[in-house]
Amino acid sequence: MYGNTYIELSDKAKSLLEGEDPQKLAEFEARIAAGEKIEPKDWMPKAYRKQLIRMIEQHAHSEIVGALPEGTWITRAPGFRRKLALMAKVQDEVGHAQLLYSAAETLGKTRENMLNDLINGKSKYSNVFNYPALTWADTAIISWLIDAGAIINQVTNSKGSYGPYCRALERICSEESFHLKYGHDNVVFLATGTPQQREMVQEALNRWWQPIMHFHGPPDKISDHTEILMRWKVKMATNDDMRERFLDEYVPKIWDLGLTIPDQKLKKNEKTGKWEYTEPDWEEFKRVINGDGPCNKERLQVRRWAVERGAWVRRALIKADSKYTVPLA
Amino acid sequence: MKKSIDPRINRLDLPENKDGKEILHALEEWETYEVFHQKKRGDQHIHTGIVHAANPELALIMAKEAFGRRRQTANLWVVRSKDVTASLYEDADIFLTTPEKTYREASDYYCMDRIRKYQQEHGIKDRKEDRRKKKESD
Ligand SMILES: [Fe+2]
Ligand SMILES: [Fe+2]
Repeated sequence: MYGNTYIELSDKAKSLLEGEDPQKLAEFEARIAAGEKIEPKDWMPKAYRKQLIRMIEQHAHSEIVGALPEGTWITRAPGFRRKLALMAKVQDEVGHAQLLYSAAETLGKTRENMLNDLINGKSKYSNVFNYPALTWADTAIISWLIDAGAIINQVTNSKGSYGPYCRALERICSEESFHLKYGHDNVVFLATGTPQQREMVQEALNRWWQPIMHFHGPPDKISDHTEILMRWKVKMATNDDMRERFLDEYVPKIWDLGLTIPDQKLKKNEKTGKWEYTEPDWEEFKRVINGDGPCNKERLQVRRWAVERGAWVRRALIKADSKYTVPLA
Repeated sequence: MKKSIDPRINRLDLPENKDGKEILHALEEWETYEVFHQKKRGDQHIHTGIVHAANPELALIMAKEAFGRRRQTANLWVVRSKDVTASLYEDADIFLTTPEKTYREASDYYCMDRIRKYQQEHGIKDRKEDRRKKKESD
């Protein structure tokens, strides 16, 4: 998972370009327009750097926090093979965080600072992980449908302009295919099982539908700001476009299993080719992302606990001649 | 604190986390290493990413987890990022003339026309001509 980020659209577009050398800016934009990647040591506008750090860092945090709700279920996963698979998946997610922190680091923010900002609530992560995985079926729905949403996002972003981020995403996407199949397999097993198992997976789907609809973020206000980020290939598609792709691909697969989606309005309009649905509660989305969700506090406390507990080992290993170097690629 | 659904978490003495304290100090995540991955014996080692580690031995362990966990791997190298000297992209124009150096390419050398012309002028038999005729008559 989980590349959804919430780029702030409040700044005036003009401020994105303020103080930039017009010639360098033109060369930079020409390179992107020609489909070339930007590498860490290239000249780039300050706003490009800032947005990418924010975006990649949030993505990394989402991976590392995303490991928590599912990690809870490792000891209780039904059967040895599922335990192994879930452990492998959770390890992958933490591995994704490592790849992404490194990509963000090439832009000049240290990993220590990113982790501090996560723990102190200064930077965000995907909102869906502020909800608990109440039953085993919740982990199945997460692995299948949240990862599915994330894959759409990550495949889209892997065509962006920043080299290190694209490379990390390509590796991540190839690992995600296992998560998706694993999650689907678990959902199918429950949905075709006993009436009790079916009920459990239906209830999990009901609980997760709103977070899933929240996943790609609120509809973008199309502004000059968004246009510039799209021109720079930082933002590769609108949130609504990604949600649309998700619905196109996965709603039929959910219906294939005879499961119901808790939205009476949900249907594809044959004329427009677009999905019609009830807007999820965006006020709740805002409230939760700003800290007031069922698990926000616990997630960050657990991260802080882990970091503080390991501090003595990490500090003991710092050598006198250690010197921080921004990684190359 | 609200009870977690994870009993392991309920057993921990979790910190309040309200003080905005800087939890990680500078260098606490150590130095950065560039990782090179060889898929199988005989292949090139290819740069594949970055790890943080306190020393090269630990960097190899991190690299094994991060890059050898899923893919076929024969061998890994780790090199401190600070020990890598790289050329600059701004200087990439030093490579621009490379495609012009056709005299480096085998395909740029053809002299059969000259040979044939000389042979015709001097009555030297073309070996290949004979072979072609033989083939046709067979
Ligand atoms: Fe992931
Ligand atoms: Fe995943």
